[in-house]
Amino acid sequence: MLLADGLRHAFGAVRALDDVSFTLLPGQTLAVFGPNGAGKTTLLKVLAGLIRPQVGHARIEGGRRAVGWIGHQPQLYGQLTVRENLRFWAALYDVPGGEGRRREGALLSRLGLEAHGDRLVRALSRGLVQRAAIARALIHDPRVLLLDEPFTGLDRMAAEEFRRLLAEQGADGRVTVLVTHNVEEGTELATDVAFMRAGRFVRLEPRAGRGVDRIAAAYREAIAGG
Amino acid sequence: MAETLRHAWRLARKDLLIEFRSRTAILSAAVFTVLVLMVFNFGRDPTAVAAVDLAPSILWVTFTFAAMLALNRAFQLELENQALDGLLLAPVSRASLYLGKLLANLIFVAVVETLGLPLFALFFNVAVLPFVAPLAAVIALASVGFVAVGTLFSAMTARTRFAELLLPVLLLPFMIPPLIWAVLATAALLAGRPLSEVAGWLRLLGAYDIVFVALALVLFPATVSE
Repeated sequence: MLLADGLRHAFGAVRALDDVSFTLLPGQTLAVFGPNGAGKTTLLKVLAGLIRPQVGHARIEGGRRAVGWIGHQPQLYGQLTVRENLRFWAALYDVPGGEGRRREGALLSRLGLEAHGDRLVRALSRGLVQRAAIARALIHDPRVLLLDEPFTGLDRMAAEEFRRLLAEQGADGRVTVLVTHNVEEGTELATDVAFMRAGRFVRLEPRAGRGVDRIAAAYREAIAGG
Repeated sequence: MAETLRHAWRLARKDLLIEFRSRTAILSAAVFTVLVLMVFNFGRDPTAVAAVDLAPSILWVTFTFAAMLALNRAFQLELENQALDGLLLAPVSRASLYLGKLLANLIFVAVVETLGLPLFALFFNVAVLPFVAPLAAVIALASVGFVAVGTLFSAMTARTRFAELLLPVLLLPFMIPPLIWAVLATAALLAGRPLSEVAGWLRLLGAYDIVFVALALVLFPATVSE
């Protein structure tokens, strides 16, 4: 479970979060749409505990160990191979050796990285680095996924595969918060959608089976009227 | 405690693997050490000042500035691809992060010192073998002190614009006490004074280490939080 209760945070005079509250139960995926500077990344950082909110609190069942994060940067070491990176992060999350190897193999295979596992991350293309970042985020089998523009750099096939992977995670009871400015990317995965502007949730509602076109129209209406 | 040390070792091992692979800082420090010792050797007038009077200061100036190269790099490594956010998000205590960096920096500095000591003996015609054990104790205790403070300041300055300039400016005043004690202890050893005369300096260095490692452990979380 993930709880955000009355989150407020400002950077100087800029209000990045303004009274944001919501609760997500296992299996729910919240897609947060908003223009640049709406406060989406700050929201994820507060949820993850990287930023302490000035008001309110966030709670994730299972604590930091339960969180998988994909941010703007891959959080990988360029001088290490993809496998070495995955093993390092698995070790930090105390994933047992055998289980870590099994997950590593499964993720590399699933994300089309088997042939690149022993290459240094700095030698990979942007898209392959993003796939490796996804593998890193999932290596400890997190129960909560916090995703910040996770499709950046992925080609169409890799993006499709990643969507399928996220759908499976949701069906398996994971909680996901996906923030993006691109309505097309997150809609199909979401059980709930929120439109964010100037640090506020202008609307937060179930997707209720609506497709990209209707969500895009609702987004335009919410952001313009916000 | 065991978990803190286990995570610290995993972090240190990762840093050392990256350094072993890139060899950027270790090569710079090694070349710097050789050059400084060589320049001081040929720059001094042996008829005016005896080597034994000059050697302790030169040894410690060399070690200090060589160590600065490692300290500068310690947290820069974590800024690449925002790996630091990943570390802060992982279920790893801030103490583990600090101790991991401290350990990696100490090993790095020890390698440079192990290389520099024989060169120092060669260039200054000083027989270090008869008192190599107490000299090693002086070097170890002094190194722990200034690397402990340096690791903390490295975390503080890593995200600033002029990190490489700022680190020495902040660090050097804190290095003065251990450096003075280390120079005095080394001078006493080189002059063939009894070990009892050095014991006081060793105790001071030990006390400095305990105080500043403890202080750094308390202050470190504030240096890495956003």
